[in-house]
Amino acid sequence: MSTELLKGNVAFAEAAVRAGCEAYFGYPITPQTEALEHMAKRMPELGRVFVQAESEVAAINMVYGAAAAGVRTMTSSSSPGVSLMMEGLSYMAGSEVPAVLVDVMRGGPGLGNIAPAQGDYLQIVKGGGHGDYKMIVLAPANVQEMIDLTLLAFDLADRYRIVSVLLADGSLGQMMEGATLPPMRPLAERPAWALSGARDRDTNLVSSIHLDPEELARFNDHLQAKYAEIEANEVRFEEHRLDDARVGVVAFGTAARVAKTAIATVRDEGVAAGLLRPITLWPYPEAALRDLAERVDALLVVEMNAGQMVEDVRRVVEGRVPVRFFGRTGGVMPMPEEIADAIREVAGASAAAGAQQAQPQEVNA
Amino acid sequence: MTVLAAEPLLTPVYEYPESLTHVPTHYCPGCTHGVAHRLIAEVIDEMGIRQDTIGVASVGCSVFSYRYFATDFAQAAHGRAPAMATGVKRANPDKFVFTYQGDGDLASIGAAEILHAAVRGENITVFFVNNAIYGMTGGQMAPTTLPFQRTSSSPDGRDPATTGAPLRMSELLAQVDGTAYIARRSLHDVVQIRRAKKAIRRALEVQRQGIGLSMVELLSSCPTNWGLAPDAALKFIRDEMVPVFPLGDFKVPPEPEAGAQA
Repeated sequence: MSTELLKGNVAFAEAAVRAGCEAYFGYPITPQTEALEHMAKRMPELGRVFVQAESEVAAINMVYGAAAAGVRTMTSSSSPGVSLMMEGLSYMAGSEVPAVLVDVMRGGPGLGNIAPAQGDYLQIVKGGGHGDYKMIVLAPANVQEMIDLTLLAFDLADRYRIVSVLLADGSLGQMMEGATLPPMRPLAERPAWALSGARDRDTNLVSSIHLDPEELARFNDHLQAKYAEIEANEVRFEEHRLDDARVGVVAFGTAARVAKTAIATVRDEGVAAGLLRPITLWPYPEAALRDLAERVDALLVVEMNAGQMVEDVRRVVEGRVPVRFFGRTGGVMPMPEEIADAIREVAGASAAAGAQQAQPQEVNA
Repeated sequence: MTVLAAEPLLTPVYEYPESLTHVPTHYCPGCTHGVAHRLIAEVIDEMGIRQDTIGVASVGCSVFSYRYFATDFAQAAHGRAPAMATGVKRANPDKFVFTYQGDGDLASIGAAEILHAAVRGENITVFFVNNAIYGMTGGQMAPTTLPFQRTSSSPDGRDPATTGAPLRMSELLAQVDGTAYIARRSLHDVVQIRRAKKAIRRALEVQRQGIGLSMVELLSSCPTNWGLAPDAALKFIRDEMVPVFPLGDFKVPPEPEAGAQA
């Protein structure tokens, strides 16, 4: 294994190949199309399935079919295309088939643009499709993580019979940097529940329908229990310079990467800032965030959207400390200096608040 | 009282197909879905492929068809059965994969999926049950509804000026290079039912050959939503539907060369 100069979209596609993805279905959309093109070449070379679907609606339903047949399967798209997949994702959750989706997010709403954004957080993390369901959501922050988290996405999808989403953005898809690909893994055996023809066994059914309300309620209880197990076991996050931090920055993906530069800048000025970077957006690193909220004066959430993950941060923090937000929309990447300004402002505000709180105590003393 | 001899008196000539489960169907009295199910199951039995067949159910009255076939089954989203079947078949290229879809599912919401499965020449078989109406939701107008036919969403009759004319999917799909066998049959009498069974057999044989998408459209009755008695509904197929949806083969594969079928 050696370090190669890899484009993010190619890196995750090749990582999927090496993870044992046997069937890829996709539709061209910027800024993820290089992944589809890579698969168009690689999958037939290996005797595996590549289909360019007529739409993202069809692509996700082809993934649903291949997943029902028990093979490792995936699709990739970008925000408007992912919107079209919401129906299929809900069905896949409702029939508990494993699959991987990569969303290389771009600016929205609507056709928006093709620049990097994080505006699909709520759609992907909270559901998007109908019904009570969850998907494991992994947020890479560099090309190496595009690779590593794609492997993890397949493993977790199989382990929990769930859809795993790699929630990247246009900059991660388009950038090139050094990264190391894993060796080719052997293809997995098909699971016992898969559709392969009922030869010498009872018939298998892959379905999301439970007409009887009590039966559907029991199935939902089963899903919720599974989700609780995932929340207990699969939380992943990175802590960066948090040991002595007074200001905790919370950011994921590209926004977190830019925030690290900003933190280095303000640290040089003596502002004790650090970063909590959720790697799993669901399950969310709630305990780590709650713990952080006990230790810092204030939190600053940085996102490439109008404020989506900040809702989760406020939910978890429950008012323990002030939670501020800095975001850029429209596919505009935040600059390190903008984030540094936001950190300075938060640090200054908490210092002033601390001084105000401290004065009456001195009077009483 | 005469006691009959205990030994079998007759040789059974009409048995329950192995490829059907013993679950009572939810279909309305007089509906021909049951006939279509039985024909498909008989053919699967006769071809000996029950253990190598995977069905894909659609949304509509046939949503529960997975309950009635003793094969592996998937339940697709509305209209998406050909896309899901694409995934199932590509992952299982040596198995028989069929979809079972109604006309609202296939000709309306799933028009893109069936068309492009045909364009790609997916080696799947589509059983397309056309009763000119949305059955499950209570009899609304479908793309296949006849001109001036009254439905719950065309209470004064389908107006071709604003809602168009019946969409003939078999004729449409026969134009697509990727299809290998496209036929329309009817289930309104015994002769037609026997012809329908032959077409179903032909379609699955085409899939065995792997030469493209095969589809059998089956004109079917919906006594409940047509507001007709079962026998009148069968006459409606014959007298009203067949003139609009002519029966026949719209595309047949080239005959195998002489001696090929030894």
